[in-house]
Amino acid sequence: MELVKPSIGLIFWMVVSFSIILFLLKKFAWKPILGMIKEREESIENALASAEKAKEEMKALQSNNEKILADARAERDLLLKDARDIREKMISDAKSIASKEGERMLTAARENIQNEKMAAITELKNQVASLSIDIAEKILKSELSSDEKQKSLVTTLLKDVKLN
Amino acid sequence: MTNKINIFKPFSSALFLLFAFLFISNATFAGDSDNKPAAMQSEVSVTAPAEGSDKKEHTEGGFDAGKMIMEHVSDSHSWHLFGHYAIPLPIIVKTDKGIEVFSSSHFGHEGEERYQGSNYNYGLVDGSIVVVDSQLEGVDAAATATLTDFSITKNVAAMLISMLLMLWVFLSVAKAYTKNPGKAPKGLQSFIEPLIIFVRDDVAKPSIGEKKYERFMPFLLTVFFFILFNNYLGLIPFFPGGVNLTGSISIAMVLAGFTLLITFFIANKHYWRHVFAMPGVPIPVLIILTPIEILGLFLRPFVLMIRLFANITAGHIIALAFFSLIFIFGEMNAGLGLGVSLFSLVFTIFMGFLELLVAFLQAYVFTLLSAIYFGSAVDEGHDVHNHVDDHTDSRTTH
Repeated sequence: MELVKPSIGLIFWMVVSFSIILFLLKKFAWKPILGMIKEREESIENALASAEKAKEEMKALQSNNEKILADARAERDLLLKDARDIREKMISDAKSIASKEGERMLTAARENIQNEKMAAITELKNQVASLSIDIAEKILKSELSSDEKQKSLVTTLLKDVKLN
Repeated sequence: MTNKINIFKPFSSALFLLFAFLFISNATFAGDSDNKPAAMQSEVSVTAPAEGSDKKEHTEGGFDAGKMIMEHVSDSHSWHLFGHYAIPLPIIVKTDKGIEVFSSSHFGHEGEERYQGSNYNYGLVDGSIVVVDSQLEGVDAAATATLTDFSITKNVAAMLISMLLMLWVFLSVAKAYTKNPGKAPKGLQSFIEPLIIFVRDDVAKPSIGEKKYERFMPFLLTVFFFILFNNYLGLIPFFPGGVNLTGSISIAMVLAGFTLLITFFIANKHYWRHVFAMPGVPIPVLIILTPIEILGLFLRPFVLMIRLFANITAGHIIALAFFSLIFIFGEMNAGLGLGVSLFSLVFTIFMGFLELLVAFLQAYVFTLLSAIYFGSAVDEGHDVHNHVDDHTDSRTTH
């Protein structure tokens, strides 16, 4: 069979030319092509990796920002609460001071009034006493203006005094 | 993704064109066979000048499909184009008296003429060159035995053309890579790159391993593209295609031989130990096993050779056989031939598609099996101290 009989000529040329083309392609085609493909793949991989990294960093930054924001908000809330507390306290303090002062003033006024009243009463008493003395004096004077009157008085008085 | 679509768009239209050519020129080929039946004239419109006179004598001779097919799948000393046109190729013969170079046109169109060389007189018998005696009649058997044929035959010429094509394609692709490094591939580059990456990622890396695959890439790529280019060129039915080059046993033998030699050169101690003395196998078994292993060394590339040769040759034979049917039936009855031609056309188109697949598949299979042989030859094996490393390695790389 012609078909399955290897021919020496063809084998010879094939070996020679295949070796040559293998060498030429290896040196001038496969080496640069494979090198470039690899280089490109690496650069793409690096780019992807760095993009991923940037994304990661962005995320971290964002979460950081959010944290800062949350902290600030919490701080603000705290400050507001403190202020509100202080205000309330101040108001209540002021209120209590005011009421105390009022009370004190009231008490003082009340005491004053009492004192004044007492003084007035004393004065009144004194005046009433001196008036009654004056009246008594005037009555006595008139009662004791004549001797008969004196004598009747003494007898009246003596009547009351029973000698036991 | 869109890139991929862009790559294959021109490709598909090219495929369509290829098909259009495939069946037209297959018809041409069948028609050009020197035994032309009358019915053929109605089928194909090949008008070689001498056809009119030929018609009668060939009708008498009848159409010999087997001869026609064999002529097309075998090598020859001239490149038949169409009709009575053929490209004469240089004949280079080495005899005991030295080397002679002359044109194959000296043998005439049918190889019926003799050439009077300075050392011997040469003739062509059944496609092979023989030394004839001084009367230019009988064959000089003793001198023919010393003759070695180094002619640039049709296959050699087709091989050289395909190699020039490969050089042009890949050097221009390489230039495109060096011109704009790091950029997305363009044009031819973007058509070739997926194939290169395919060979690298789906053939070399899984078979040889991430660490060692790189040194085999030039050979694997060259073999892959050589087979691929020639398979596809073989499917194109006109010059410079249509040659059953990868379906030639000599070509397949050289390719498989390269694989064998490379395997032998790079094989490590571990590989040879497994061949000659499989570890852990008792000596009585080794007596049987070692010869089988040694036979296996040569059997594997042999199978590579047969697979490529048989697949591609079968494809060519089937494609031609379907067209031969037209002429065989046409000889009986012109109408029958016409009817069968429709059937043949459909089947040839189907076979054409199948051959497109086979062309790629055979290139892939040859490359893959070569890669697997290399992989087994450089494998560090499963020795006790290597075992763990090997597995952790494979787990991390895949």
